[in-house]
Amino acid sequence: MSVLTQTAADGMVIAKRNLIKIKRIPDLLIFTTIQPIMFVLLFAYVFGGSIPVPGVSYRSYLMAGIFTQTVTFGAAITAIGLADDLQKGIIDRFRSLPMARSAVLFGRTISDLVNNAIVMIVMSTCGLIVGWRIERGVARAIAAYLIMFLFAYSMSWVSATIGLSVSSVEVAQSAGFIWMFPLTFLSNAFVTAQSLPSWLQPVANWNPVSAVVASARELFGNNGTLPRPHAWPMRHPEITAVSWSVLLLLVFIPLSVRKYRAAAAR
Amino acid sequence: MVDVMAPRAGQTTDGAIVARGLVKHYGKVHALDGVDLDVPEGTVLGLLGPNGAGKTTAVRVFTTLLKPDAGTATVAGLDVVRDADEVRRIIGVSGQYAAVDENLTGRENLDMVGRLYHLGKSVSLARADELLERFDLVEAANRVVKTYSGGMRRRLDLAGSLVAKPRVLFLDEPTTGLDPRGRLGMWDVIEELVDGGTTLLLTTQYLEEADRLAQSIVVIDHGKVIARGTADELKSQIGGERLELTVSNASELPATRDVLRAIGSGEPSVETHTRAVGVAVTGGSKVLIEALRQLDAAGVVVQDVGIRRPTLDDVFLSLTGHAAEDADTTTADAKPGRRSRKEKKA
Repeated sequence: MSVLTQTAADGMVIAKRNLIKIKRIPDLLIFTTIQPIMFVLLFAYVFGGSIPVPGVSYRSYLMAGIFTQTVTFGAAITAIGLADDLQKGIIDRFRSLPMARSAVLFGRTISDLVNNAIVMIVMSTCGLIVGWRIERGVARAIAAYLIMFLFAYSMSWVSATIGLSVSSVEVAQSAGFIWMFPLTFLSNAFVTAQSLPSWLQPVANWNPVSAVVASARELFGNNGTLPRPHAWPMRHPEITAVSWSVLLLLVFIPLSVRKYRAAAAR
Repeated sequence: MVDVMAPRAGQTTDGAIVARGLVKHYGKVHALDGVDLDVPEGTVLGLLGPNGAGKTTAVRVFTTLLKPDAGTATVAGLDVVRDADEVRRIIGVSGQYAAVDENLTGRENLDMVGRLYHLGKSVSLARADELLERFDLVEAANRVVKTYSGGMRRRLDLAGSLVAKPRVLFLDEPTTGLDPRGRLGMWDVIEELVDGGTTLLLTTQYLEEADRLAQSIVVIDHGKVIARGTADELKSQIGGERLELTVSNASELPATRDVLRAIGSGEPSVETHTRAVGVAVTGGSKVLIEALRQLDAAGVVVQDVGIRRPTLDDVFLSLTGHAAEDADTTTADAKPGRRSRKEKKA
């Protein structure tokens, strides 16, 4: 068996193991989906009237932002899951087996992606109920989802690095989340970049979250008549979003594999 | 006989466990401080020591989980650092904390391990069922491990370490935390494995356990080997038998002491509180009968009497100056235990 097929096969065994947990503890999934549903409803009905976006209802405009924010936050469970495994000692069992070293990480990030996909289905359904619509056809919508999932997957690896660097599950729980608030809020996810203070606009325009949101918004056809910001990433959101994701993967996959080896050998 | 430098020496090293000058430091703490070990194929070595003596660290080095700072360790002639992957194929390890997934069933746990050994679906499942049968877990096979008792978890963990039929097995305190019944059950299982020819390195802080399961014993403390030999050799190191008896009334103690002083060698020990008197003797049951006859003549009513061979507890006490379980901390983590022991010493 080549290294690659072995890693893939072992990764699938681990992913399956992680997914069984979702099946066995269904409340876990229930609570991870309640939050995005709440966000959809709160933003749609509380802020819906007060944030005007020309040419489109705020609810429709908002949805790409909520989706992106939720899958980004969803990536934080990677940190918690890995910290938990490290603490419980099952990682020792894995490490004493003749399996691929990185399979534990690939398995974990894959199962978290599946988890995110389930949440996305729930959220999209919820969005459709409150009036959000896919305006530019199925093919573009699929592209929008793929861009969001790719970004979520890269965030999972960032999160993996964090989970392997902290000392306990409790720390992973907060360390995995806090940085995501500025990341998702200093963007165009909930407001138009133009409405931000001028010094924040460059931050928002270059934020990878903005590129992902702008791509999805564009591909779903929820952008309204709003002119695009002049910043380069906002004029080419798809390329920017994919490039950011690939870059994050290139940096954080090797980094977390190294962290895994060091953490597990403590 | 065993060339530790040769990664694939001849048949003599198959299944053998060898360590030469193993050193592992955690900061200032010397978890392993130059440990040499030899476990010939098909035998059992009991690695004995209090919490934090370095037992777990040694097992982690042998099972490729930890790289030693210095020294070499080989399993079946394979170097645990250089040939880590091959070592993992032939060893099994079961730890102090059952490394099982709580959210999976027993069967799913074993199947997962089988898949990670790349056994293939049908072989892996067949092996899982075989092991569940053998470890008396058939009824619980499809229950989530969360519902298992401590003993069942340990058995499942041990089963997990046997999935690939390892030639060399490492068991790190396999009965710590088990109730007496669970412990006896675990001993039976381990004896069965050893009868099957598995080479075993077993760590324990229970002297009784090493006495029963291991052919040779290595005692370590503060990362250093402080004694090695068979259980009998270690016991004879600290002398012969003792005659110990309890009388029914404290007023009989002086007379009893006089009788034992005449029969035994050395001054008898007297514990007024428990009305127990003991003395070192040679001659076994003859001495016992003689003592009873004389005590009877002196009108002493003996409640309890026996000849006791020294236990490994006595060995440990005389070697380290403290009983084996003195260093026991309530915490299950070995590392803080090790630190606190060092601090005490310093």
